Amino acid sequence: MEFAFTDEQLMIRDTAQAFLAEVSTSEAIRAAMATDTGYDRQLWQQICNDLVWPALHIPEQFGGMGLGYVELVAMLEQMGRYLLCSPFYASVCLGVNSLLLAGSDEQKKQWLPQLAAGTTATLAWCDGSAGERGGNWNADTISATATPDGQDYILSGEYRYVVDGASAELLIVAARLPGSVGAHGISLFVLPAHTAGVSRQTLPTLDQTRKQSAIQLHRVRVPASALLGKAGNAAPGLQTVLDLAAIALAAEQMGGAQQCLDMAVAYTKERVQFGRSIASFQAIKHKAADMMLRVEVARSGVYYAACVAQEALEGGPLAGELSEAASIAKSYCSDAYFKNAAECLQMHGGVGFTWEYDVHLHFKRAKASEHFLGTGAYHRERLAQWLLDQEGAA
Amino acid sequence: MKLSFSPADEQFRQEVAQWLNVNLTGDFAKIRFRGGPGDEHMFQHERQQWEKTLAAGGWTCVGWPKQYGGRGCSIEQQVIFFEEYARAGGPGRVGHIGEGLAGPTIIAFGTDAQKHKYLPGIVAGTDLWCQGYSEPGAGSDLANVKTKARFDAEKNKWILNGQKVWTSLAQEAHYCFVIARTDANSSGHKGLGFFLLKMDQPGVTVRPIQQITGTSEFNEVFFDDAECDADDIVGAPGDGWKVAMGLLGFERGVSTLGQQMQFQNELDEVIALAKQNGAAKDPIIRQRIAKAHAELKIMRYNSLRMLSGQSGSDGSLQKEALIYKLYWATWHRALGELAMDVMGPESQILEGTPYQLSRLQAMYLFVRSDTIYGGTNQIQRNIIAERGLGMPKEPRG
Ligand SMILES: Cc1cc2nc3c(=O)[nH]c(=O)nc-3n(C[C@H](O)[C@H](O)[C@H](O)COP(=O)(O)OP(=O)(O)OC[C@H]3O[C@@H](n4cnc5c(N)ncnc54)[C@H](O)[C@@H]3O)c2cc1C
Repeated sequence: MEFAFTDEQLMIRDTAQAFLAEVSTSEAIRAAMATDTGYDRQLWQQICNDLVWPALHIPEQFGGMGLGYVELVAMLEQMGRYLLCSPFYASVCLGVNSLLLAGSDEQKKQWLPQLAAGTTATLAWCDGSAGERGGNWNADTISATATPDGQDYILSGEYRYVVDGASAELLIVAARLPGSVGAHGISLFVLPAHTAGVSRQTLPTLDQTRKQSAIQLHRVRVPASALLGKAGNAAPGLQTVLDLAAIALAAEQMGGAQQCLDMAVAYTKERVQFGRSIASFQAIKHKAADMMLRVEVARSGVYYAACVAQEALEGGPLAGELSEAASIAKSYCSDAYFKNAAECLQMHGGVGFTWEYDVHLHFKRAKASEHFLGTGAYHRERLAQWLLDQEGAA
Repeated sequence: MKLSFSPADEQFRQEVAQWLNVNLTGDFAKIRFRGGPGDEHMFQHERQQWEKTLAAGGWTCVGWPKQYGGRGCSIEQQVIFFEEYARAGGPGRVGHIGEGLAGPTIIAFGTDAQKHKYLPGIVAGTDLWCQGYSEPGAGSDLANVKTKARFDAEKNKWILNGQKVWTSLAQEAHYCFVIARTDANSSGHKGLGFFLLKMDQPGVTVRPIQQITGTSEFNEVFFDDAECDADDIVGAPGDGWKVAMGLLGFERGVSTLGQQMQFQNELDEVIALAKQNGAAKDPIIRQRIAKAHAELKIMRYNSLRMLSGQSGSDGSLQKEALIYKLYWATWHRALGELAMDVMGPESQILEGTPYQLSRLQAMYLFVRSDTIYGGTNQIQRNIIAERGLGMPKEPRG
């Protein structure tokens, strides 16, 4: 038992931290936010070519570096902290994971080396109903259909809240057999985003550090080779992908919560009122202490979940804990990031309310990340179902 | 990062579980799951016997070095021991203040003679200890202690005068470790001494204090010319604060994993009740139970992080350790409220007269002290802000 980063993992984290502190500055974030894609293409090329980050947890046989989810989470923490605007989350945490979980060896051979080299991808599954009933992100929200037609499939339907959906070069979409319900009849397909019949729109978003989009499929014809795994059987794999994605997002949230704490402490130490640094007031210190508690607890939850995620990918003894670990991490980190961002804003006073200071970027990103893949309450209800609704449980 | 235990450790787990399975039976069956905080006064006789049984099996002081009579267990094995102990329903340890606080302090700061004199009784489970820190005027501001220790050269003894308060289990203890002023004119952290004091002597009076639960686990302790042998001071006169602070480090050790297993037992009871009485269908209760569950799980991960990491070379705590007391105490306090709310109006009906509390009722009341003793939540936040975040220190009045 050794629940701490290895030296190699520390090095990966520190390298990412140093690099991002330099490139993901306030100015750079604001410039990226204003672009159509939401990220700086040159920086992305640099990240792919020089740092090879997208290749991180892709197995070596598929063109990757063969590292694990713990290393991935260590980097995501830094990306969340420095609000890196990039297609990394969509491509790696949704795209790569979908292919790893659902693709055949042949499909992995075809697509993963491309993703490792920086081709961008995303996953589209839910329609607008994910936004109803307080947010629901499971297979029930898949309404797009996949109708067999000879050797091909005809895909129709629409998706909403697709991360980086308008800029991704590769789409992985979930669709169901017409007439199927719930988790039955779900399949995943991979297709180039420019395939005939695909239309995409960027949705204007409250949080501008990450783009969301709507996608419509108008009778899109794809070959059988686009089907990932067995027809109609994708729901469990998709759930695993979403759990892995929730853990990845929780890591970003934890990094963001840390940054809010650091910003608040730095600012309050500098700011003088009543003839003393406002950091000397207990009302401020105690807020900061609670923020640090939330960050450290979030960190413990995320690192554990990362270990579980790694075992889920390679079939270790803790693999069965994946959904639970994901819900624990995502529920705690969603609340922690938002609370820390809100406290950070309060502790900045008037300047915290300005466009100029970066506090609002975190305040907005925190709410966006909280709502994507389910809020704290959503994940707690998921835990409650296991704890309270199953016969013979605890 | 690696979460699994080695095969050798898993075998050790079996060994512990097996031993408990065989020994926590017969007369001891009735003390399973008993005697935790809020229940400390219960089954004292049986639990003192149990302490000796544990000792005979070599299961006291498992983390102490072998040369001091401990079992020399690795951190992993200690984690396993405390987890299995709590899982089996091992009763609250009457020896925990000696094993967890007095002993480690003597090992770290004591002389060979002190080690020789005091450690064997702790290991054997025969000598119980209490902690004499707080006084009426020295609670959060511990450095304000007024109890005085004067050296009487003729008797070759230290003579103590003063009053301690909130001294847990003083009524059962054979010894007390006391901080007292060796320099009568000193104030604050300076001029203090750390004493090992025998309770059974004419100069010591113990008066129980009835607490919120109606029971008495803590006491007032009065010293009227109480005596300590000349060599019963740990460190030099004036070193008391250093020794006392060193001890605070031991309070956050591996035994917290066992405490969490006890929390799990309590949460399980709350969940079972919620399923039984229908509270489990209430959406707000569902949220609160799920939150308690999630945060208890993370508490364990946080402890594993604490135990895997290294503290600073100056003995300073890492961040995950700094937040730990505030985190668990606040969690436990919320569990008490949740338990009452799950029970509903039935939570207000006692098991009997005069003031017979159910386990959950006692828990609900007792957890209010978790955020007070061992540094209140407010003091914890001061420490976190100052040591963890480098924010300015509180000015002294
Ligand atoms: C069940 C129980 C068992 C105990 N067992 C022992 C024992 O065995 N041995 C022992 O020595 N002691 C023991 N104690 C005493 C315990 O350590 C003290 O109660 C604790 O340190 C608080 O001191 P106090 O009660 O004097 O409260 P005070 O220090 O008077 O605090 C009162 C309130 O003021 C707040 N406060 C105080 N200072 C500050 C500050 N600087 N900033 C902000 N807020 C502040 C506190 O947080 C608290 O809310 C026990 C206490 C309890 C409840």
